[in-house]
Amino acid sequence: MILGLDPLYGGDFLGDLGVTLLKVVVAFVFLLISVMLMVWFERKLISDMQNRIGPSIAGPWGILQTLADGIKLFFKEDLVPDNADRFAFKLAPYLSLVPAFLVFSVVPLGGDFNGSDGDGVVTLFGHDTFLQVADPPMGILFFLAMSSIAIYGVMLAGWGSGSKYPLLGSVRASAQMVSYEAALGLAIAAVVLQTGSLSTHDMVIDQAAPGFSLGSFGIPNWNIIVTGFVPFVVFLIAGTAELNRPPFDLVEAEQELVGGFHTEYSSIRFALFFLAEFMNTITMSAVIVTLFLGGPAGPALFLPEGWWIGTIWFFLKLFIFLFMFVWFRATLPRFRYDQLMDLGWKLLIPLSLAWFLMLAGLRVGDAEDWGTAKTYGFVLGFMAFCGLMATLLMAAINSARSERLAAMEDSHG
Amino acid sequence: MADPLDYLRGFAVTFKKLFEDRVTGDYRGGKAKQGAPDEKRPKPERFHGRHVLNRYEDGMEKCIGCELCAGVCPAKCIYVRGADNDPDDPTSPGERFGYVYEINYLRCIHCDLCVEACPTQAITESKLFEFSFTNRNDAIYTKNELVVGDDGMPQKMPWEDWREGEDQLTSGWMRATSPAGDHRYEGTVHWAGELGYGVRAPEVGQSSPLAVRADDGGSGAEAPSDSNEDSHE
Repeated sequence: MILGLDPLYGGDFLGDLGVTLLKVVVAFVFLLISVMLMVWFERKLISDMQNRIGPSIAGPWGILQTLADGIKLFFKEDLVPDNADRFAFKLAPYLSLVPAFLVFSVVPLGGDFNGSDGDGVVTLFGHDTFLQVADPPMGILFFLAMSSIAIYGVMLAGWGSGSKYPLLGSVRASAQMVSYEAALGLAIAAVVLQTGSLSTHDMVIDQAAPGFSLGSFGIPNWNIIVTGFVPFVVFLIAGTAELNRPPFDLVEAEQELVGGFHTEYSSIRFALFFLAEFMNTITMSAVIVTLFLGGPAGPALFLPEGWWIGTIWFFLKLFIFLFMFVWFRATLPRFRYDQLMDLGWKLLIPLSLAWFLMLAGLRVGDAEDWGTAKTYGFVLGFMAFCGLMATLLMAAINSARSERLAAMEDSHG
Repeated sequence: MADPLDYLRGFAVTFKKLFEDRVTGDYRGGKAKQGAPDEKRPKPERFHGRHVLNRYEDGMEKCIGCELCAGVCPAKCIYVRGADNDPDDPTSPGERFGYVYEINYLRCIHCDLCVEACPTQAITESKLFEFSFTNRNDAIYTKNELVVGDDGMPQKMPWEDWREGEDQLTSGWMRATSPAGDHRYEGTVHWAGELGYGVRAPEVGQSSPLAVRADDGGSGAEAPSDSNEDSHE
């Protein structure tokens, strides 16, 4: 079934179509409004962290500032540089915006996962369905595919501008996004290994299951705990890099590249990039919540049952990550390009790969009934092996560097 | 290698800032709707703002049209032309007066060299900087706009953002160590009386103007021109 595992399909055609359209419109409008609020929230919060007031004039507490900026951008002159590759230049903003929208369609937004039946099915106008626009069987791969396509938006913007700063920015962007995509994928692989499914809905159901319990206090079965925290941290860092947000914003490093890939953009095309950037922040947070924090499946606690509880949990968790991204921006200075590549290739990718292999080994041990002693032996042995390899690698890198430096000193006399 | 905990300390710093007082105020340049907050920060005593042309206590203009301000101006933004006073109806107490006086605020860098150069303390700077004009004609302030009114207050253009109390004491504080160019007055207030205010009180570290006047034997209104003549000899 290509369209998905949603129980919706298979009923009457018009009803299915109506419910699907309704979900699409709601998700679309929700995303647009939340981008508006997110821009305002980010500006307000970062002002607070810098002892400033921030936007305060348009609407109460300046909440309509984004709307005012948007209207202003719409009425600005739309420039296409003379040297621009006009097709690529005009295509690029949509290539970054559309994937940002599409990713959101696989994120479960609500539904009762903690209740007695706990399958997240809600009934809309007499149709059973999930509270997500689509639940394709390849779910999370769709996210990876879309975030790869978004790179084309940045790349074509830089190329199509026919100007050097955007080109430099887009070269950086593609290198950065491609290298962090690997770490991102490996972190996702750990989650997929745990869940045994690519469907985001299945992931939430898996995480809603009762987890390890200490006496009467049950620890939720969230992937952040089950996969051992490391994939989560890797995903968070790689996700920030994927979003080109500070401290990884050297794609548009103002001090070095003017505006980076969108230097030559103005008016509505710039607004689309801006929209896509903040929309990506929201969808990335939503994906993190889905992958690692159980999505709409909150700790059952004392709350009553109902699909809206799931939605509340989802927004609470989403908000934590939105806050976190702004907090990163307020705190961390920008990486240098070589530091960025070092972090990606020498730390995140090996770490997530090793962790993935270890999780796989543990699952094999589970399946083969190795027993505790043998399992721990395997883990310790594996870690020792990784440590040895890392030490050897670092030694090799350091000796290569010192030889290179010595050679340079020789040649300079 | 930095202590990894330092990264977390950075996060603590930014988080703590959330609960601190704001250093910026709610400034809206005088365009706030009724009831909305619109604060200005207090400005320093010697702030360099829009110029004013002062007058003596009897209403005479202080400017004598000597063009020293125009000569010293590094931005070449001042244009002055002097003319002889009408003996029956003098504009300034001296022989000549400035009959054209223009400052181009598209060029002015508010360095205050004109204020230091002025031998009669005719030109000083107020603390006003919120005067964003919208065309080039408004940017050039003529003498009619610069000279203080009959109450000793600066004139207020429609595009200027004056608030209550900001038009007081616009003649500024004495900036040069030896105002009016006379070394004998170094560290001493030697400030001519002005329309609406009289003689300015001394700053911290300066002696009273009255003591100097006793030495000099001159009166407040005559003193500047006396000392000016001395220094030219």
